Amino acid sequence: MASRSSQINYAMGAAIVAALVVVLTFGMAAVVWAEAGSFWPTATDWAAVRFTLLQAVLSAGLSCLLAVPVARALARRYFVGRGILITLMGAPFLLPVIVAVLGLVIVFGRAGIVSDVMALFGLPPLSIYGLHGVLLAHVFFNLPLVTRMLLMGWQAIPSERFRLSASLGMTEGAVYRHLELPMLRSVLPGAAAVVFTICLTSFVVALTLGGGPGATTVELAIYKALRFDYEPARAAALSLLQFAMGAGEVALGWAVLGSTGFGVGLGRKVEMRPPRGWRFWVDILVIFIAASFLLLPLSAIVLRGIAGLADLPLGMIVALVRSFAVALTSTVLTVVAALLLALAVARKAKGAKLFDAVATLPLAVSGLVLGTGLFLTVQPYVRPEALALPVTVLVNALLSLPYVYSLLLPEARALHVDYDRLARSLALVGVARLRWVTLPRLARPLGFGAGLAASLSMGDLGVITLFAGESGTTLPLYVHRLMGAYRMEAAAGAALVLVVFSFALFVLFDGMGRRVAT
Amino acid sequence: MEYLQARPVLSQLEKDMKTSILALGFVSVVAGFPCAAVAKTPVLNVLTYDSFNEEWGAGPSVEKAFEASCSCDLKFVSGGSAATMVARVQMEGKSSDIDVVLGLDTNMTAAATASGLFAPHGQTWKNDLPVSFSDPYFVPYDWGWLAFVYNKNKLSDVPKTFEELAASDIKIVIEDPRSSAPGLGLLLWIKTIYGDKAKEIWTGLADNIVTVTPSWAGAYGMFTEGEVDMVLSYTTSPAYHLIAENDDTKAAAVFDEGHYMQIEVAGKLAATDQPELADQFLAFIGSDAFQSVITKNWAYPAVTPSVGLPEGFDRFRPAKSLILSATDAVAVRDGALAEWQAVLAK
Repeated sequence: MASRSSQINYAMGAAIVAALVVVLTFGMAAVVWAEAGSFWPTATDWAAVRFTLLQAVLSAGLSCLLAVPVARALARRYFVGRGILITLMGAPFLLPVIVAVLGLVIVFGRAGIVSDVMALFGLPPLSIYGLHGVLLAHVFFNLPLVTRMLLMGWQAIPSERFRLSASLGMTEGAVYRHLELPMLRSVLPGAAAVVFTICLTSFVVALTLGGGPGATTVELAIYKALRFDYEPARAAALSLLQFAMGAGEVALGWAVLGSTGFGVGLGRKVEMRPPRGWRFWVDILVIFIAASFLLLPLSAIVLRGIAGLADLPLGMIVALVRSFAVALTSTVLTVVAALLLALAVARKAKGAKLFDAVATLPLAVSGLVLGTGLFLTVQPYVRPEALALPVTVLVNALLSLPYVYSLLLPEARALHVDYDRLARSLALVGVARLRWVTLPRLARPLGFGAGLAASLSMGDLGVITLFAGESGTTLPLYVHRLMGAYRMEAAAGAALVLVVFSFALFVLFDGMGRRVAT
Repeated sequence: MEYLQARPVLSQLEKDMKTSILALGFVSVVAGFPCAAVAKTPVLNVLTYDSFNEEWGAGPSVEKAFEASCSCDLKFVSGGSAATMVARVQMEGKSSDIDVVLGLDTNMTAAATASGLFAPHGQTWKNDLPVSFSDPYFVPYDWGWLAFVYNKNKLSDVPKTFEELAASDIKIVIEDPRSSAPGLGLLLWIKTIYGDKAKEIWTGLADNIVTVTPSWAGAYGMFTEGEVDMVLSYTTSPAYHLIAENDDTKAAAVFDEGHYMQIEVAGKLAATDQPELADQFLAFIGSDAFQSVITKNWAYPAVTPSVGLPEGFDRFRPAKSLILSATDAVAVRDGALAEWQAVLAK
C-alpha cells in the first residue's frame, strides 16, 4: 500500500514548469516592449507576415505529406542498414543552419552536384533560390523529424490489431482506414504544428535560399528592429504577431486532433504484412529517394569537414567541452519538464489544456526577443558574460521543450488510457508506477526526445551571441567566428566535429530509449 | 519481461543527472574564476564584433601588446556582428561595464553619437587614411575598400563599373544591408555614385544577384564553394588567400567610378569606470604596436606601421575613394534601403 508521500503530484510539477515557461516567453517579450513606446506594423512588416505564413504552411504541409509514404515504407520493410538509416535521418535536424545551407548549395546549387549531372544532359543549372529553395531546405530539415514521429506512431499501434485485421481478411485499404488513418490523425496535427512553428522563426535559411528581400520573414524583421535599428517596441510587436501565428496553428491542431482508441496491446513488435508485387518496388523507391535527398548534403558536409580537420585550432576543444556541458544539463531540464507536462496533460489534470498550450508556446517565441529580454533583465545587475552558460542552458531547455513534449504526449495519453486502471487496481502509484510502468513504456519517445534535445542544444546559437564573452564560446559560435574570419575550411572542420558529437549524443540517448523499449 | 529492464534507464538517468550537476558546477567555476583571480588588476572591457577576437585574428595580438604596457587586463566582449554593435551599446545603456567599443563603422557612428553614450576621445594622433577623417568621438583603427572579389581562373571578363556588371551575366552574391555592415556599405556605394539613378542600377543588378545573405560569412562561403562568380567583400580579401593559403587565384575588381570605404572606429563610453585606461587604449590604437598587428583583421591599418604593409595589400588599389560623412550616411540610409527592398523584393 503506497503511502501518500510516495504520490507524485504531476499537476503541481506541471504548474511550476508552466509558470516558468510563461515568465520566460511572455515575460521577456514584455521586458523588451517596456524598453520603448508603442508601435504599429508597416506595409513591409505585413509583407513579411504574408511570406512567413506562406512558406511555413507550405513547408509544414510538404514535410508531412512526404513523410507519410517514407515512414510507411520504413515501418513495413526490413532490410540491412534500416536501423542505421533511421538513425542517420535524424542528422539534418542537428546541423547548424549556416552549415546546412552550404551543404544544400553544394548539392543543389548552381554549381552543385545535381546541376553538374544535369549539364551532362545539356540542361541548364538548377536554381534553388526562391520560394522553392526555402521549401527544399525546410523539408530537408523537417522531413526526418516528421518521419520519425510517424514511425513511432506506427510502432505504437498494438501488433494485435494488425493480426486481427489479417485474420479478418482486411484489404490494405481497410487496414489503412481502420488502423493507419486514425493513427495519422492523432500524430500529424502535432507534427505539422511543430514544423510550422519551426519554419515561422526561420530567417537565415529563408533569406539565403529565398534569393532576396522578397523572402523576408518576421524573424528577420525582428532581427533588424532589435540589432540594427534598436527599436525594441517594434521587435516586441512583431514577436507578438509571430506568436499569434503559432498560437493559431496550435488551436487548429486541437480542432482536428483525433484519438486512436486502439486499446491496450502486449507491446510486441509491429507486424504489418508488407504487401508484395509493385508495392514492394514503390516502397524501395521511396526509401531510396528520401535517403539520397537527406544523405547527399550530409555527405558533402562531411567531406568538406574532413579536409578542414587538420586546420583546427586548439581552442575548439574547450568550446566542445563547454557545448557538451550545456547540452547535457539542458537535456535533463527539458526531459523532466516535458515529462511532468505530458503526464499531467495525459491524466487530464486540472489545467491540462493550459499546460498543453504552454508546452507548445516556446516554439512560437522568437529566440531573439527571448535573448534580448533576458539580457535587459540581468544586465543591470550582473555582467551578461558571467551568465552566458546558465542562460544558454535555460534557453536551450526552453526551446527544445515543445519537441520533447510533442513526442511524449501521444504515448503518455495512450499509456494513461491503457494502463491507468490496471495500475490503480494494483495500487501502483507514485515513484513505483513511474519506475515500473511510466518510464519503461515511454522509453522510446523519452530516448528520442532526449537525443533531440541534447543535439539541438549542442547546435543552437540563439542567445549565446548576446551573452558570450571571452570565455563563453560554444562550438556553434566558434564555427561562426571562424567563418567570419575567412577561415572557411577550419569552420567546415569544426562544423563536422559539432555534427559528429551532436549526432553521437543523439544516437546515445535514442539508442538507450530503443533498447529499453524493445 | 520489459518491466525488468526499467532499471538500466533509471540508473543511466541518475548517472546523467550526476554528470550534469557536476558539469554545471564545473561551468560556474570556470565562468567565475577569472573574475576572482583578477580582482586587483584593473580591467578594461572592450566590446567588439565576433570575428575580431577569433583565436588567430587580430584580437589576441592586440590584447597581448596592450597588456604588456598597461599593467591591466584587457577583456574583449563579443558584440555579435559589426552591424549590431550600436544596438548592443544602446541595450547596455548607462549601467554598462563596457569601457571601449571597437568595430563600428562610419555608417553607424551618427546613431552611436546621438545615443549620448559616448564621450569625446581627445586623441591627437594623425591617421594615414586616403581621405581626411576626424571625429570628436571616434578614432579610426583600420579601414578597407569594398569590392567584388572573384576567381581569376574562372572569370575573365571583369567589369569596371556597376553598369558593366549589371549588363553582364556574371552571378554575384551580396550581403543584406539590414543585417550586415558591408551590405549597408554597398547600398551607400551605389547611392553615392548614382544618386537618383541608383534604382536603375539595382534593377539592372537584380538578375545578377543570385541571393542575399544575412552575413558576410554566408556570402563568402558561397563564393568559396564556387556557387557565384563574385562576392561583395574587400579589396584586401585576396591577400588573405595569398598569405594564409598560398592561393593566388583570387582578385578584386577595381571599378573606375571609385570604391566606397569602410572605416572602422573605436570610441570610449561616457559611463566608463576606467577613463584613464580607456584613453590609454585609444592612444595605443595609434601606436605602431597596435597598427602592426591589426592587419590580421585583413584590412588596412589606420596608420601605416613601420614594418609596412603585408604582401598583397597593395595589389588592388582603386584610384578614387568614396565615403559619406556619418550624418549623410544616416540621412541617405532609409530611403536607399526602401529603394533596394522595392526593387529586389519583386
